[in-house]
Amino acid sequence: MTTTVNSDAAVPLLEARGLYKSFGPVQVLRDVDFSVYAGEVTALVGDNGAGKSTLVKCIAGSHGYDAGEIRFEGRPVAINNPRDAAALGIEIVYQDLALCDNLDVVQNMFLGRERRSGLVLDDVTMEQLAMKTLSSLGVRTVTSVRQRVGALSGGQRQTVAIAKAVLWDSRVVILDEPTAALGVAQTAQVLELVRRLADNGHAVVLISHNMNDVFAVADRIAALYLGRMAAQVKASEVTHAQVVELITSGRSGSLGLPAETTTTNGFEGNGVEL
Amino acid sequence: MTTITRPPAEVVTAPRPPSLMEQARAYWQRLRGGEMGSLPAVLAIIVLVAGFGIAKPVFLTPLNFANLLHQSAVYIVAAMALVFVLLIGEIDLAAGWTAGVTAAVMAKLLVNHTVPWYLAILASIVTGVAIGTLLGTLVAKLGVPSFVVTLAAFLAFQGVLLWLVDQGQVILITDPVILAINNNSLPVWAGWALYAVSVVGFAAVQLVRRARRARRGVSHDPLSLVLLRVGVVAAIAGFGVYALSVNRSLVRGSVQQGVPIVVPIVVVLLVVLTFVLKRTRFGLHLYALGGNAEAARRAGIPVDRLKIAAFAICSTLAAMAGIIQASRSNSVDGKLGSQLILFAVGAAVIGGTSLFGGRGRIIDAVLGGLVVAIIANGMGLLSAPEWVRFVVTGLVLLVAAAVDALARRRSTTVGLR
Repeated sequence: MTTTVNSDAAVPLLEARGLYKSFGPVQVLRDVDFSVYAGEVTALVGDNGAGKSTLVKCIAGSHGYDAGEIRFEGRPVAINNPRDAAALGIEIVYQDLALCDNLDVVQNMFLGRERRSGLVLDDVTMEQLAMKTLSSLGVRTVTSVRQRVGALSGGQRQTVAIAKAVLWDSRVVILDEPTAALGVAQTAQVLELVRRLADNGHAVVLISHNMNDVFAVADRIAALYLGRMAAQVKASEVTHAQVVELITSGRSGSLGLPAETTTTNGFEGNGVEL
Repeated sequence: MTTITRPPAEVVTAPRPPSLMEQARAYWQRLRGGEMGSLPAVLAIIVLVAGFGIAKPVFLTPLNFANLLHQSAVYIVAAMALVFVLLIGEIDLAAGWTAGVTAAVMAKLLVNHTVPWYLAILASIVTGVAIGTLLGTLVAKLGVPSFVVTLAAFLAFQGVLLWLVDQGQVILITDPVILAINNNSLPVWAGWALYAVSVVGFAAVQLVRRARRARRGVSHDPLSLVLLRVGVVAAIAGFGVYALSVNRSLVRGSVQQGVPIVVPIVVVLLVVLTFVLKRTRFGLHLYALGGNAEAARRAGIPVDRLKIAAFAICSTLAAMAGIIQASRSNSVDGKLGSQLILFAVGAAVIGGTSLFGGRGRIIDAVLGGLVVAIIANGMGLLSAPEWVRFVVTGLVLLVAAAVDALARRRSTTVGLR
């Protein structure tokens, strides 16, 4: 059973219900419920192999799922490939960012979806839109949109990758460990950006290992434990220690999975981060 | 609940154009960051011209200048070919022999079948497209490394060329149009007319683009820089046309003057191909593919089709290089294109195109091709033995590749600051 604390909430923008996913004999996700709300940052936490990446890849259409349902704005939707997800406005920023170092910020943001006038690239319009998107996110760290991405710092690159995801009228932005490789100052900048994304009305999913980051920006915390959703709670209603307990043992006091189930599926999904 | 402070949104880039000084500083920053661009090639041209000019004053005569341009055309066009595959991180080692095979196709049609010159050229170019499509398909669809595919083709095409020219025969070309391509010159007035049209066109494109960008409030160069750029191009081209317009004939009473016909051919290729690379989606995707193939794939770019197209363009340009070479040597034999690949790769890399993919321009091929031709020409004037020419060209290629590798390392370290 999953504990969800969302008494006040309207319909979630994106909702997964009873999701199952296995890779051959390995059950990676089991009866996972997961809700994401517009205007909120939902942190998705869990130990290595808990199924975080698999869950977001199911949502983003990179993986199919075996059973369960995904709802968007309350309606059931079929997400069979990344294009379906993109059409709904679901964008995912992978850890490796997928940027071309030799191209500039504008070119990277529009890669594969360039604006053209006739045969020619419409550089002016693209540059204007890129600048508009960056200022709507309050980005002050990227000084020129005509800089090569290879010349940017880690935090700036992350910023460009996030801005790229936002450019397409996206509704849900999924960030996979955006601060993992960053220093203190750059982490603060990226978290600020994450917060602003939610304030602009996006539903943000933040995968993170770092509890400080999670408590700094998240409105809700969803903890996965060995492929099951241990709890989805409001960040203001739990402590640091409780979340760590949920991650490591699947339960914490009244929260989390019932005691008996945590011992029976001890090995499944272990070490599988697909 | 969150402790993060939110500063007000600001405009990212001020539309104010940077001053010339700021531009110069930014350029210096890029140089230090390993983005050398064409600077090494320009420096090499200056040093080589000065050196050969001092050692052999005849190097600086209009006659030799025209010769140099005739010689460089084949290197330049072959290097343009290589830019397209180097840009996506591949290589076409067979480009030289592709030039030989396609030139032989043209020559055989001209001589044995008395086909008109335009059909012969068309057939040669179609052969180039077919060869490139085949090589590109093998690389993209089968996943065989381009090094191996084109090395195999390097040997096979050598054989095909020998078969086409009937075991070491020489096919003489007598068609006046084909011969004119890389031997004759335009009338003096036509050279100046072409100069005027080119400079006015270049200035118009630069100024209109700047005005449009300024009006819509996006980044643009200061007017002074645009005018400086136009002025430098106009001055260099003007001096060149002037030098080519004097009578350069050594025979008293005969007249030999004007811009070689091959020069406008190279200029047109430069303009068209630069447009393709810099202003079209296709060109941008080539850069993306060379910069990060995985990112390109995830962005939905049809990677396989793009690779095949790059190889097709490479072989097509190689065919043009073959025609230019055949015109220059008035014939096609079993050795046409034998060393072309070395000079072409050398020219592209000397010009600033990276062997690691993702960086390269058509102007690189022009500047690099000039460097290679200057070395060949100057060495010839110094009557240096053949082996010295090989060693020197090899060393220049090595230096260029080393500069490329160092620039790449430099830009990675600066990039990950």
